[in-house]
Amino acid sequence: MGIDLPLIWAGIIAVGVIMYVILDGFDLGIGILFPFFRDKEERDIMMNTVAPVWDGNETWMILGGAGLLGAFPLAYSVLLSALYLPLILMLVALIFRGVAFEFRFKAEGEHRLWDVAFAGGSLLATFMQGVALGAFINGIQMDGRDYAGGTFEWLTPFSIFVGVALVFGYALLGAGWLLLKTEGALQEKVWELYRPLLFLVFLAVVAISLWTPLADPRIGARWFSWPNTVYLLPVPALVALLAYHLYRAVERRQERRPFILTLGLFLLSYLGLAISLWPNIIPPNVTIWDAASPEASQGFMLIGTLFLLPIIIGYTAYSYWIFRGKVRADSHYH
Amino acid sequence: MDTSLAVDLARIQFAFTVSFHILFPALTIGLASYLAVLELLWLRTGKTAYHDLYRYWIKIFAVTFGMGVVSGVVMSYQFGTNWSRFSDIGGNVLGPLIAYEVLTAFFLEAGFLGIMLFGWGRVGKGLHFFATCMVALGTLISAFWILSANSFMQTPAGYGIDADGRLFAESWMEVIFNPSFPYRFIHMTLAAFLTTAFVVGAVGAWHLLRRRGDERARIMFSMAMWMAAIVAPLQVIAGDQHGLNTLEHQPAKIAAIEGIFPASQKGVCWSLVGWPNMEEARVDYDVCIPHLGSLILTHEWNGEVKGLESWPREDWPNSTVVFWTFRVMVAIGMAMVLMGMISLVLRINRRLYDAHWFHRLAVWMGPSGFIAVLCGWITTEMGRQPWVVYGLLRTADAASPNTAAEVGTTLAIFVAVYIPVFGTGTYYVLRLMRKGMENLPPAAPIGGPGRRRHAKRPLSAAPDAAE
Ligand code: HDD
Ligand code: HEM
Ligand code: HEM
Repeated sequence: MGIDLPLIWAGIIAVGVIMYVILDGFDLGIGILFPFFRDKEERDIMMNTVAPVWDGNETWMILGGAGLLGAFPLAYSVLLSALYLPLILMLVALIFRGVAFEFRFKAEGEHRLWDVAFAGGSLLATFMQGVALGAFINGIQMDGRDYAGGTFEWLTPFSIFVGVALVFGYALLGAGWLLLKTEGALQEKVWELYRPLLFLVFLAVVAISLWTPLADPRIGARWFSWPNTVYLLPVPALVALLAYHLYRAVERRQERRPFILTLGLFLLSYLGLAISLWPNIIPPNVTIWDAASPEASQGFMLIGTLFLLPIIIGYTAYSYWIFRGKVRADSHYH
Repeated sequence: MDTSLAVDLARIQFAFTVSFHILFPALTIGLASYLAVLELLWLRTGKTAYHDLYRYWIKIFAVTFGMGVVSGVVMSYQFGTNWSRFSDIGGNVLGPLIAYEVLTAFFLEAGFLGIMLFGWGRVGKGLHFFATCMVALGTLISAFWILSANSFMQTPAGYGIDADGRLFAESWMEVIFNPSFPYRFIHMTLAAFLTTAFVVGAVGAWHLLRRRGDERARIMFSMAMWMAAIVAPLQVIAGDQHGLNTLEHQPAKIAAIEGIFPASQKGVCWSLVGWPNMEEARVDYDVCIPHLGSLILTHEWNGEVKGLESWPREDWPNSTVVFWTFRVMVAIGMAMVLMGMISLVLRINRRLYDAHWFHRLAVWMGPSGFIAVLCGWITTEMGRQPWVVYGLLRTADAASPNTAAEVGTTLAIFVAVYIPVFGTGTYYVLRLMRKGMENLPPAAPIGGPGRRRHAKRPLSAAPDAAE
């Protein structure tokens, strides 16, 4: 048996999740930044930078969910019932955020209401994603094949902290995106927000990186045991390097770099998380092999995925390319 | 009995969220194809009326599609949040089908939706038309996979059961093309087309009642009535075949639909109206037509039909509900056929655009498709009870371990959010429909590919109302 299907599927789902985090991350980040921009025209521009792509971005989350159901049904069923409330709140928040794209431009007078829906929905969805992530890292109690924890098991100081950190993180991604897509006074405002945000994100990454291994001895052992520490040292070192370059890019007002460097920051944090949790799909005890669906299911899905994913990435990239360039306000409503 | 309450609440929650969701696909599946046809006609004939109609309907499409997406995302998580044991047991088989739906349909829709809605002025006409077609194709592919998954739950095939009681696929072809799938796919796709046709027809009729001469209103109305005349009869045939197939695979469902209780009966009398009484196992206030039941179900005068008493009581679906939902659906189907026939007569007499009484009727028929779709689904799903996967997994064994308090809270949240949010969306859609086409903005220039242009209009499909 040459191929390790569960391993491949864990990889595909991991890619799906990080695609979601990055792509919908900047959409949600724009919503989080909404309150800092009061002018209707500025808000129009901000929203229009993502209007043609947000649906595709959110689809990565659906792929994550469906892939999990097909490849690791046990993980899907346990995680979704364990993270019941945060996930439902996230879905409800995403409803507000999603309908705001269309409703806001159809409103007569009450568009402020949809501004609040957009900003509030983005903020709550992000926070709940972070809380769910924090609870996931904390570990899930199980009895047999069922979730065995309580209703509010997911609510811990750590998970709340991760929620707040993700809000800063997505806001930073959103700000980077706005630097790419806007110009003039609006872009200037984004620059002003950028530095404090960067500072907050950096603090949050450091805090979570210390809190996780300290709170969980198993994860601690993985990072702070000889010789692992040496092998893993590049991860924090690269984070520091990226943060430094980000800072410099802000000083020099290089508008393209922050977004790309922030992507790097997210990828590294994600890698760090993967190292902490590997090979569990339901921390702390269920591995990807325990939760895998049979070869018939994983193999069947793999054929289609390998064939379709490149095509999907192709036309998604094409669509981004069509909408490249700055979004301007000169386009008034007809 | 906390657990059975939790299960009941989970069922209500699922029924509530999916019923809202299906209303949007019922319109977007049809509208996407309609828009593709309009754009093709415009490209072929160059008539601005078609272009105007395209721009008119695309706004309505955009709002409906947005609501379809956000309500659909909720559905894809309901399997895990509400039916985690079902996900664990059935995930091996159903998960890959839904994953294929994401890969082949959702990405396609989402990837080209941006170009379809906001691409005017950035891509050429041909490419824009291609994007519209891809979105339309995406909606149909989406229906294909999700209906395959649902049909598997109705009539499972091509599966095996492992030592732990979980399902796995033995033949994917048999799983995907399970016995009820072809019927359900055809019936639902036609249902979406009919729903759309009657919405378009109602809007056209409404504008005709105000401005008889408007060419665009005439085109809408005429196209919609052609659909009614052709597709409604096809739907009756498809529905009949669907029912015969269900009789073969889920006879208890048909017995419940028809309110037939005695274990075995020949020359069954077909109940036109009545009140199936589950306690007493009979139909109260029954008005029935002799032998018609056997004629419909077996296509024989004295055909034998099994009634609910052939099965243990705990396996009976709720006959009172499905009896009525089925009859409402069929009545609407018949009314649609009638509308189509009247339209043909009027057309032959060249009175299609003048018969105001008919236009008023068409306005009233506007929402009929949605009602039929909901009634159809309730028939199908409640008729499947008490099983989630027919004959294999009972609904009561499928739920998540969540408490009734949790499920009740989230149900309350869904109700509190869905009704105002989707209610407002529906209001916006109705307002767009009410607006005539005389104040459509001038057409945006169509750019050639590769040229750098800026959006000439804001990146929402529907411009600010303040214009
Ligand atoms: C017969 C058609 C049909 C049926 C029975 C369902 N759907 Fe649906 N769904 C669609 C037809 C559709 C669609 C036409 O593809 C939609 C409607 C509007 C839209 O945006 O795409 C959609 C959207 C949609 C989305 C958002 C896709 C996106 O982001 O573009 C999700 C996640 C689901 N659906 C999931 C479900 C689930 C889990 C269902 C079962 C309980 C379900 N749908 C029933
Ligand atoms: C889109 C139109 C649909 C509507 C209106 C609909 C309606 C319903 C209703 C009313 C129930 C509750 C039945 C009861 O408990 O008495 C239900 C249950 C359910 N349906 Fe559907 N359904 C639809 C499509 C689907 C699809 C496409 C799937 C799966 C792929 C599905 C899967 C389920 C499941 C898992 C349950 C819960 C378990 C159960 O009660 O059997 N449904 N649905
Ligand atoms: C007189 C005509 C019709 C007949 C005989 C008919 C028959 C049926 C039957 C027997 C079912 C249940 C199948 C099952 O559960 O296995 C069904 C379901 C359904 N019907 Fe109809 N129907 C008719 C008209 C319509 C119309 C006009 C619409 C909508 C515009 C519609 C929409 C639906 C839907 C959405 C379902 C649920 C999905 C499915 O199982 O296919 N039907 N129909």
